[in-house]
Amino acid sequence: LREELLLSPLPTGDVAATFQFRTRWDADLQRGAVSHYRLFPKALGRLVAALGVRELHLALTQGFWRTRFWGQPPLQAPAGAELWVWFQPTVTDVDKAWKELSNILSGIFCASLNFIDSTNTIIPTASFKPLGLANGTDHHLLRYAVLPREVVCTENLTPWKKLLPCGSKAGLAVLLKAERLFHSSYHSQAVHIRPVCRDASCVAVSWELRQTLTVVFDVFSSGQGKKDWSLFRMFSRTLTDACPLASQSKVYVDISPKNKEKELLEVTPPPTSVHEAVVQGDKKTYAVYDLLSPSLFNTSRSLNVQLKWKRPQDSSEMPVPVLHAQRYVGGYGLQTGEICTLIYNTHPYRAFPVILLETVPWYLRLYVHTLTIITKGKENKPSYIHYQPAQDRRRPHLLEMLIQLPANSVTKITIQFERALLKWTEYPPDPNHGFYVGSSVLSALVPSVIAMKDVDVEQSPLFTSLFPSSDGSSYFVRLYTEPLLVNLPTPDFSMPYNVICLTCTVVAVCYGSFYNLLTRTFHVEEPSRGGLAKRLANVIRKLRGVPLL
Amino acid sequence: QVQLVVPVAVVFSPGSVPEDLPSPLPFRDVQEMEISVNLRTSVTSRYEMSYRAATAREEAALAVATAREADAALHLLQDVSMGSLTVYVVAETSSLLPQGTSVYVGRHRSALVRSGGSLAALHTRLRQVTQVMSFTATSIAATLSDRVPDGRLSPDARRSLKSSLGYEITFSLLNPDPKSHDVDWDIEGAVNCYVKPVLDKLSLVANFSVDSQILYYAILGVTPRYDKESSSFLLSAHSLPHVINPVEARLGSSAASLYPVLNFLLYVPERSHSPLYIQDKDGAPVRTNAFHSPRWGGIMIYNVEAPASPQASLPLHVDVDMARVMEVFLAQLRLLFGLSWEELPPEFLLESPGNEGLADWELDHLLWAHTVENIATVSTTLTSLAQLLDKIGNIVIKDDVASEVYQAVASVQSAVAKLAMGHLHSAFQASKEAVTSSERAFFDPSLLHLLYFPDDQKFAIYIPLFLPMAVPILLSLAKIVRETRQRKKEPTKMD
Repeated sequence: LREELLLSPLPTGDVAATFQFRTRWDADLQRGAVSHYRLFPKALGRLVAALGVRELHLALTQGFWRTRFWGQPPLQAPAGAELWVWFQPTVTDVDKAWKELSNILSGIFCASLNFIDSTNTIIPTASFKPLGLANGTDHHLLRYAVLPREVVCTENLTPWKKLLPCGSKAGLAVLLKAERLFHSSYHSQAVHIRPVCRDASCVAVSWELRQTLTVVFDVFSSGQGKKDWSLFRMFSRTLTDACPLASQSKVYVDISPKNKEKELLEVTPPPTSVHEAVVQGDKKTYAVYDLLSPSLFNTSRSLNVQLKWKRPQDSSEMPVPVLHAQRYVGGYGLQTGEICTLIYNTHPYRAFPVILLETVPWYLRLYVHTLTIITKGKENKPSYIHYQPAQDRRRPHLLEMLIQLPANSVTKITIQFERALLKWTEYPPDPNHGFYVGSSVLSALVPSVIAMKDVDVEQSPLFTSLFPSSDGSSYFVRLYTEPLLVNLPTPDFSMPYNVICLTCTVVAVCYGSFYNLLTRTFHVEEPSRGGLAKRLANVIRKLRGVPLL
Repeated sequence: QVQLVVPVAVVFSPGSVPEDLPSPLPFRDVQEMEISVNLRTSVTSRYEMSYRAATAREEAALAVATAREADAALHLLQDVSMGSLTVYVVAETSSLLPQGTSVYVGRHRSALVRSGGSLAALHTRLRQVTQVMSFTATSIAATLSDRVPDGRLSPDARRSLKSSLGYEITFSLLNPDPKSHDVDWDIEGAVNCYVKPVLDKLSLVANFSVDSQILYYAILGVTPRYDKESSSFLLSAHSLPHVINPVEARLGSSAASLYPVLNFLLYVPERSHSPLYIQDKDGAPVRTNAFHSPRWGGIMIYNVEAPASPQASLPLHVDVDMARVMEVFLAQLRLLFGLSWEELPPEFLLESPGNEGLADWELDHLLWAHTVENIATVSTTLTSLAQLLDKIGNIVIKDDVASEVYQAVASVQSAVAKLAMGHLHSAFQASKEAVTSSERAFFDPSLLHLLYFPDDQKFAIYIPLFLPMAVPILLSLAKIVRETRQRKKEPTKMD
């Protein structure tokens, strides 16, 4: 078990805290009737073994990571729940295994993943590659689904914490207090299972479970306008010890100087060491606290990392990430609309390709002929297009494109759609809230601004080891755009009952007056003129045995 | 209506034939016993005894020195199917059985019985031994426990697990204090060495899967009491029910299968609470330091000896003695399957089942109980399905559900028929199939009763019609009543 915590101040004054717990299991999950678990949680291990899972990535997120202002995230996830799984080639019925897997996971994590069915599952062809050891990339073994409506809260966090060997009793996990974690701008928890090499020679396979959790605290507004922060102020806890089962337990604080010459901030207590690394095309300096070194807890019983800014930061100059994107719904009325995606490449001189993956539910009928991609006023032809049209109530639209982004440009992708009418049983509760369309996924190898050395992957902090970096000059980025909220034409659901009420009332009133007409005793002034009413009344009175009028 | 037939062969060795036999050997005889579970349910058991004299080879096998050797030698001569028994009657003065025991039950499906002089004495012994080796009235009643009125069964009878197609066995090592104890157990070796032979034998009854896990920082739900005299911590018997709950939350549910889980926990108490002992109701420490929870599993407390010097470096490395642990867990496993040696008369001698942990006749014992229970389960399931159909008239039974129901009925009938013929194994297989099909029919998603509108709700929708229509009718009814009352008054006025 290796546990890490990365604290990085964001340009807007918020603080992002990223926890990562890595558990490795040196056993072959696929074989053997008897299985024995030590640090690896049994619930997940059995799942992987029983269903033939090769790789599993599950992320539950509340809030949206603002790439434009916060910079490139270490590991982004779309709002709601995201699940993508590679199955073993031995699995014969992938759809059945996928269905079973999502049901079991929804039980383990108390999330509504059981709503994953064929209408929101897609098979991407290019966007998602296996992150672990894999010898084949047959994308029929891949399933991907996003539930943008999913709300993440404590009931999802508790089972997630239960998978940690030390629980929330020791180590970095003591900071995971639900009350504070959900009082934040962004919360994302994820589980990644993948096979990795056991050693450098890579003869045997180990399984790696990576549990990550990212929170963004808005310290600026909660701290009386100051950007200083400490562990205690953010989590209302401090660190007292490392998890006794951990082989590595470190806290990294991002103290990279924004301006080259001046130190703007200071951290207390003094860090055990300082680590420099190139992360996502940017040179970063980290103050490292090794919780396993005994000297750290000598002076005080607990570790409360604090960061103070020496002088107010000039917030005018905010670094803009090389790649970021934006998405919105255009159009008016309830019949047609338009999905617009803006992709920004702010790299000063390099163009690079990006893979865009769009999943649109079937009730928005896309018109593919209206797809336009415009960069700098000119049409941009994608070099690869994979489009799978939707089938009503069966599967969603899938649109994958490889687009070349010229340097320093904005690319606008628009596609028009028509809103379908649903059957009245298909509307969710509160249909006037609108229907969510999942985030689109941008995957790109972004060229870095500064040269990158080939760093030892195992040594570098956090997530650099999750995504393979192909060479020194570029790094892999996966971005998610905002989820969309689209209004569909909704009927008046109380209408049938209203109609029943109205017609019933009319019928009842008619009946009542007719009945009265028949049964009332009418005293006629002139006995000689017996009208129709009187005769009818007499007939009825005769039947009743009452004296005639 | 269910009849359990046990074929019993009684073999007389020379010199053991009682004088007052009703007819010369060989002859047949039937003994019946009625086990009533409740007013409507009863099970008839029928022992079909066939008496004969021993053959020459059996005589030679019985001529060895000890009972154990005789048992092994006789096993080679037998060709018995599951559920049938062979009882060898030896002379009252035979030296084959040790002094003081009159019945010896072997590892397989045979027993040695002293003749006891008279036929009556032999009959009682035979009845005892056949009941021990097949089933007793209480064991059958225990399997039908949900039909027995409350209070008639002892708590022990409710201990054994429900019959199921499979079981999952989970061994968990709980280490609440990883800072001071680094506990290691060789579970893989222990499972292969001790558990696997037993499960291989039991694989006839159900499918088993075994796994293990280590849980850290898992604590018991109660704080033990410190006892000054023995300078140890004590858990009293009445607090044991509260121990399991907090642990259970950490155990991890069996998400991947629907079989019931048997949990065996090995708890290594934290340093500040060790040594920890369990006290029974009388306050004496329990020898095994373990307890079991009915239909759930067992917990054993494994104390770690304190290091000689207090300065010993932490964490302390501990290797668990798996033989000691597995001995307890296997005993608990037997208890949870309802196999206990407690109710035996004193003059009985049981051969230890050896490495397999289970004698053949004990397997039969399980099969008898599970077959009866399966048949009862199927009848309950089908009855409740029928009740559901009675309640909701317009429910749709699809063809596949109907065929499952037919299959279940056919299988259960064949199971009952096989039981009446004494074919235990095929009866058990048929009852298993019946359970599978009846459950599949009952839990079919199309039979969810929420899918159907109850009639009162349909009525409620038309309330806006019925209510205004009822108003004039009620008013005129009231008027009629008023008029008739007035007319009754008027004649008296006239007078």
